[in-house]
Amino acid sequence: MTSARRAVEQAARESWGRLLAFLAARTRDLAAAEDALADAYAAALETWPQRGVPEKPEAWLLTAARRRLIDGARHARVQADAVPALLALTNEAQEMVLTEDRFPDERLRLLFVCAHPAIAAAVRTPLMLQVVLGLDAARIASAMLVQPAAMGQRLSRAKAKIRDAGIAFEVPDTAALPERLDAVLEAIYAAYGSGWDDPAGADPRRDGLAAEALDLGRLLLRWLPAEPEAHGLLALMLHCEARRSARRNAAGAYVPLQEQDTTRWSRGLIAEAERHLGGAARAGVMGRFQLEAAIQSVHAQRAVSGRTDWEAIALLYAGLVRFAPTVGAQVGHAAALAEARDAAAGWAQLQAIPAAAVAGYQPYWAVAAHLLARLARRAEAQAAYARAIGLCEDPALRAFLAAQARAV
Amino acid sequence: MNYSILIYETAADFAARTDPDPKQREAYWAAWPVYANALREAGVFVGGAGLQRPETATTLRFRDGQRLVQDGPYADTKEQLGGFFIIDVPDLDTALAWAARVPRAPGRSFEVRPNLVPPGAAP
Repeated sequence: MTSARRAVEQAARESWGRLLAFLAARTRDLAAAEDALADAYAAALETWPQRGVPEKPEAWLLTAARRRLIDGARHARVQADAVPALLALTNEAQEMVLTEDRFPDERLRLLFVCAHPAIAAAVRTPLMLQVVLGLDAARIASAMLVQPAAMGQRLSRAKAKIRDAGIAFEVPDTAALPERLDAVLEAIYAAYGSGWDDPAGADPRRDGLAAEALDLGRLLLRWLPAEPEAHGLLALMLHCEARRSARRNAAGAYVPLQEQDTTRWSRGLIAEAERHLGGAARAGVMGRFQLEAAIQSVHAQRAVSGRTDWEAIALLYAGLVRFAPTVGAQVGHAAALAEARDAAAGWAQLQAIPAAAVAGYQPYWAVAAHLLARLARRAEAQAAYARAIGLCEDPALRAFLAAQARAV
Repeated sequence: MNYSILIYETAADFAARTDPDPKQREAYWAAWPVYANALREAGVFVGGAGLQRPETATTLRFRDGQRLVQDGPYADTKEQLGGFFIIDVPDLDTALAWAARVPRAPGRSFEVRPNLVPPGAAP
């Protein structure tokens, strides 16, 4: 690879989201801004190897993208009025690029546009991954288990909605911030989860998605350094990330959290997670992600104390169920109670979850099977293991559950 | 940018307009002019109208060039279009904020849609 090509790729990684945010906020047309920027990068691939990498690559890319946008507006005569506005706005950008050291970072606006409640909830995460991180539709589609063509369509529909419905490229005011921030946090966590669900890294299409979610989490904190839930989310992701390599043994087999070799946990990531959890606590406002991070923090203490404080975990889950009564939180609460007290207590809690909510939820059946086995209800345990295995996507986890079932 | 706020009313809403009980009637009618005034005073009012009961609607269709006139509204849904406002505001969130101030009633829903700008017209 030539050095010019490397320079283009580096500029794409570092500047895509920032250049797009700047252009889109001023033209209010995400799709057109994306096309123009993609053309600018393509032009860079052609020009830089011949004439050398410009001194200010971002300024070069912005000029090229601006030219495309103006050509596009002229070409579609309907928007001819937009041309003077475009010229004026991008002149401002031009000056900024030439005078400032770094290009202004307005990606937060873009994040909040993607998380607007007027955008279908299912497309918010993919939209953020695409416009803020520059992932392509095919990559996002495979990570989210959707057909690439269908994903491409959803994304372009969402961008058209943003343009046509006139969604503002602004960070919402304090009244609207909580709702929108929740959507941003959810979307980042969903992106992390998609990467996390492939712990072995067996699926190259998902590779790096967790790292990108972590990037978004860090990015969000740069703008909202006092937001406790943003700290909570980052702490949660970091705690999970710290255990990545311990989730499989040398043979690639699944290792449950309780049996993980704590020397394989990343002390650096755990320390970073704890700092953010501490930062969140200073605000004195509890929230869903802080509670989830706190649960992971208690698990992490096993690396130091050698034991797990299940009473604390059960208590935190009880709080989490109050904040966010998801099936996941309820199942987690039941599992923690079973460890803190006994299998009967856990089973009673598990029974309280409505059957309809757990029909397709694999962790419920795995916990149910485990508790039924401890209660010596062998036939029911076998049936529950069979359901858990049937709902399992991960071959390593399936093999682990099958082994558990055989041991009943 | 112009947005339409479409107001979908329930059968109870439509009935309240002519309720024999003056209190019920008053409860329905009182809120609208106050809202319309607020729009005017904020300088965002472009237009609007209340629509009579869906039963007063007549639907016109053409099939094979034949004109078909039918009694009743176009769509047979539980809530029916009862009126609309057109406002001029900078963005969707501002439009939604105004839509949230439209007089409310149980089951009444609001749809916010940007108005179409004809090709070539200044936006």
